[in-house]
Formats: sequence, structure tokens, C-alpha cells
Amino acid sequence: MLSVLRTMWDVFLHAFHRRVTVQYPDEKAYLAPRYRGRIILSRDPDGGERCVGCYLCAAVCPVDCIALQATEDEHGRRYPEFFRINFSRCIFCGFCEDACPTYAIQLIPDVEMGEYHRPNLVYEKEQLLIDGPGKYPGYNYWKVCGVAIGGKGKGEAENEAPATDLRSLLP
Amino acid sequence: MTSPYPIATIIGLLVAALSIASGLIWLERRGLALWQDRYGPNRVGPFGLLQVVADMIKIFTKEDWIPPFADKPVFVLAPAIVVITVLMTFAVVPIAPGIIVTDLNVGLLFFLAMSSLGVYSVVLAGWSSDNKYSLVGGMRAAAQMISYEVFMGLSLIGVVVLAGSFDLAKIVEAQRKMWFVIPQFLGFVLFLIAGIAETRRLPFDLPEAESELVAGYHSEYSGMKFGMFFVGEYLGVTLISALIAVLFFGGWLGPWLPPIVWFFIKLFFFIGFFILLRASLPRPRFDQLMSWGWKLMLPLALANLLVTGAVVLAFR
Repeated sequence: MLSVLRTMWDVFLHAFHRRVTVQYPDEKAYLAPRYRGRIILSRDPDGGERCVGCYLCAAVCPVDCIALQATEDEHGRRYPEFFRINFSRCIFCGFCEDACPTYAIQLIPDVEMGEYHRPNLVYEKEQLLIDGPGKYPGYNYWKVCGVAIGGKGKGEAENEAPATDLRSLLP
Repeated sequence: MTSPYPIATIIGLLVAALSIASGLIWLERRGLALWQDRYGPNRVGPFGLLQVVADMIKIFTKEDWIPPFADKPVFVLAPAIVVITVLMTFAVVPIAPGIIVTDLNVGLLFFLAMSSLGVYSVVLAGWSSDNKYSLVGGMRAAAQMISYEVFMGLSLIGVVVLAGSFDLAKIVEAQRKMWFVIPQFLGFVLFLIAGIAETRRLPFDLPEAESELVAGYHSEYSGMKFGMFFVGEYLGVTLISALIAVLFFGGWLGPWLPPIVWFFIKLFFFIGFFILLRASLPRPRFDQLMSWGWKLMLPLALANLLVTGAVVLAFR
């Protein structure tokens, strides 16, 4: 009987503990900066799209929720003609972010994506693109890659030596 | 003495009893949450008080279905018996000097009789549902209630001996010098445990816990009939708390506050105690429950009676 009374006293003291409930939507749970939430497509610091349409994210996606088509603009810069993610399939694993060579596709700690109509869960490029560089500021893929596009020829990237002319005999 | 305004007292008592029982829906959920480090309902109205209204609307508008294989008149009658017996017992509870519906001179016996009739509700519910799980739940409830009623009556005889009457108002008057919990502490503990078993609350809620595990005597009930069981249980809790306050803790006696305020303070203290019991204790197995009742509680009740009788006789 004494153990019963002690149990009851212990439970009674819980009235003076702080409650563990997070009163959503007035309070929100803390999500770490690397939390794998909503997927976005980021831009360079110069404002151009980072995505080069390499299909790596679509290839690595375990549930095949990414669909895109690559095309080139008049300066030779590749970009996706359309880029579609089906969020009803997405498992938020983050493999696409790990696979992306240009830091274009990123997962941010935003989880409020509820919808009543399932087709609204398929996000197009306009809904995925953001205006800033996301989690990786200051990185511009086109400045460090070796591809020649309008405005930057071969050998003109950062940390790159000028190209050697293989057809001349001079050293 | 009986109230000089009988109709007003009856209506007032009915309104108060049903309000407290419905308010217990909110109070129990908030109380359980308080002791479980969480919030209860706090969205629906100020502090979630309109949750009661929401629950009532839900219960009233649910489909009130009677199983085709059930025994119809008995099926419909069973939940009503719970509420009827408890509300009838409220008629003899003294709330304040002058506020009592009927001052029966065998008030305590009336309460014991009504609680015995309350067993019918569970048995009839379990039987008429024509469902083996309901039957097992009903049988367990009946066995538990009947066993614990035996020493409930015995534990109250000590109070009757000290007060010299079965009349509840006279029992309250007899506690002016000292509340009966002090000389009759064992009787208080026994009556408390028996009361918990009679209202089928945790830790003696095996009939209902079966609904969490399998079914239980109210598995086939929905809509307002289930609401009757539900409210009937809360009315039972209120009744037992009121009786503990009246029989052992001096009813409406107390210094400088008006008597009715003291009664309600004691009533809500014991209701809170019932809710704390539900929050804290695990459920015993049925055979443990039965053996405890017959092999421990009943001998203690008899011993209590023996000692009380001996002491009163020695000091006469």
C-alpha cells in the first residue's frame, strides 16, 4: 500500500513540471539548419540558375520523383526546360542534394507543405526556384568549371591556367 | 431536516449533478494531462471548456444503432439503470444544512441498495449485447462490483455506530467535534477502495479496460446510450466523492466559509483524487483484484467493525 501512495505522490508532483507539448501552430518545433525538409532550386550569387540539367538528381532519386529536361540557351549555358518534383513520392532522403554538382538542388528546414488536392503536390520549376543561393552562398559553378560558355572561354575560370595550344610547336 | 423548497432543491440538484458530471469530461482530461506533462484540450474555448459542448454534440449526433442480434428492450434499458440509480442516490446527500432533497432516516441504507441495483446495468448490458467479449466484461464487472459491495457496507457500519443513525444529515451533525476519518481511518480507506470499485474507475476498471484490449460490456453501444454510460460513470465518481466528504470528512462543516462552499471544496478534492488515481496506478489482474477484495479487504472490514464496537461499548 505504501508503494501505491508513493507512486501517487510522484505522479502528483508532475503537476509542477514543465509541459513537453509544442503548441503548434503558435509555437514551432526547432529544425536544425541541415534538416531535410522542402526541396528548392537555388541561384548563383549573380542571379542565374545554378541547375545545369545534368540529370544526376533524377538518376539517384530512390523513388523517381524528379523529372527534368535539359536545354541550352544562346550563350551555350545549360539549364532545365522544365523541372518537376512529385512531393507525394519524395521521401526527403537528400540524395539529390548530395549528387548535385552545382549545389543547385537543396533541402531546407521547411516542412509546412500540406495540401488537400494531391496534384497540387507536384511542384514545377517556378515553385521550386528561389532568389538566393540557399545554404551555399558565394559558389558559382560556371566560374570554376572548365566548360566554355558565353563570356568565359577555355582557361578563363578561377584557379585555372590558360589552355595550351596543342597545334603549335612553341613550348 | 428536508429543504423547505423541494422543487427548487430537486431541480438545483439535478442541474448541479449533471453539470459537474459533464464538466468532469473536461476536468478529467485536463487533470490527466497535468499529471502527464502535457496540455489537455485547450483549443476549443477559453481553457478548452467548450470541449464539453463539442463532446456532447458528438455523442448526440452519433448513429444510435441497436445490433439486430441484441435483446432490444434490455439493451436500451441497461444504460438508463446506471444513471437512474446514481441520480436517485443524490437525493439523500446533504449538501448544506437545509439543502437536501429528502432527509431519509435510512439514507445510508438507501445508498447501499441503489449501488447494488447498479450492478444490474452492467450485467444486463453485457448479456443483451449477445457478444462473448461483452459477456465476459459484464461478468467481470458484476463479480467485482458485488464482491466489493460486501465490505463497502461493513466499512460504513463503524460510521453508523459513531453517529448513532443511518440518516446522512445526522451523520454530518455528529462530526462537529471530530471528523470521522480520524477514529474510522480504516473504514475510510475501505470505503474509498470499495467506492472506486463500484464506479469501475482505475485501478478497478477491468470491465472498461477490456474495451481497450478487446471489447467490454459497452462495446456494442454507440451514440446517446454510450453517453449514458459515460455520464453515469462521472456521476458515480461525483456521488462517491460526495459521500466520502459527507461520511468521513464532515460534509459541510468548516470554519468561516459558508457550508455549501466547504462541501464543494471537499467534493472537488476527492474528485481530483479519483483523477490522480487514474493517472498514476496500473491495473491489477482480475484474480488479483478478487482475491484482494475477499481475502484482505473483507477481514479488515470485519476487524474494523469488531474494534469499533468494542471501543464504543467500553467507553459507554
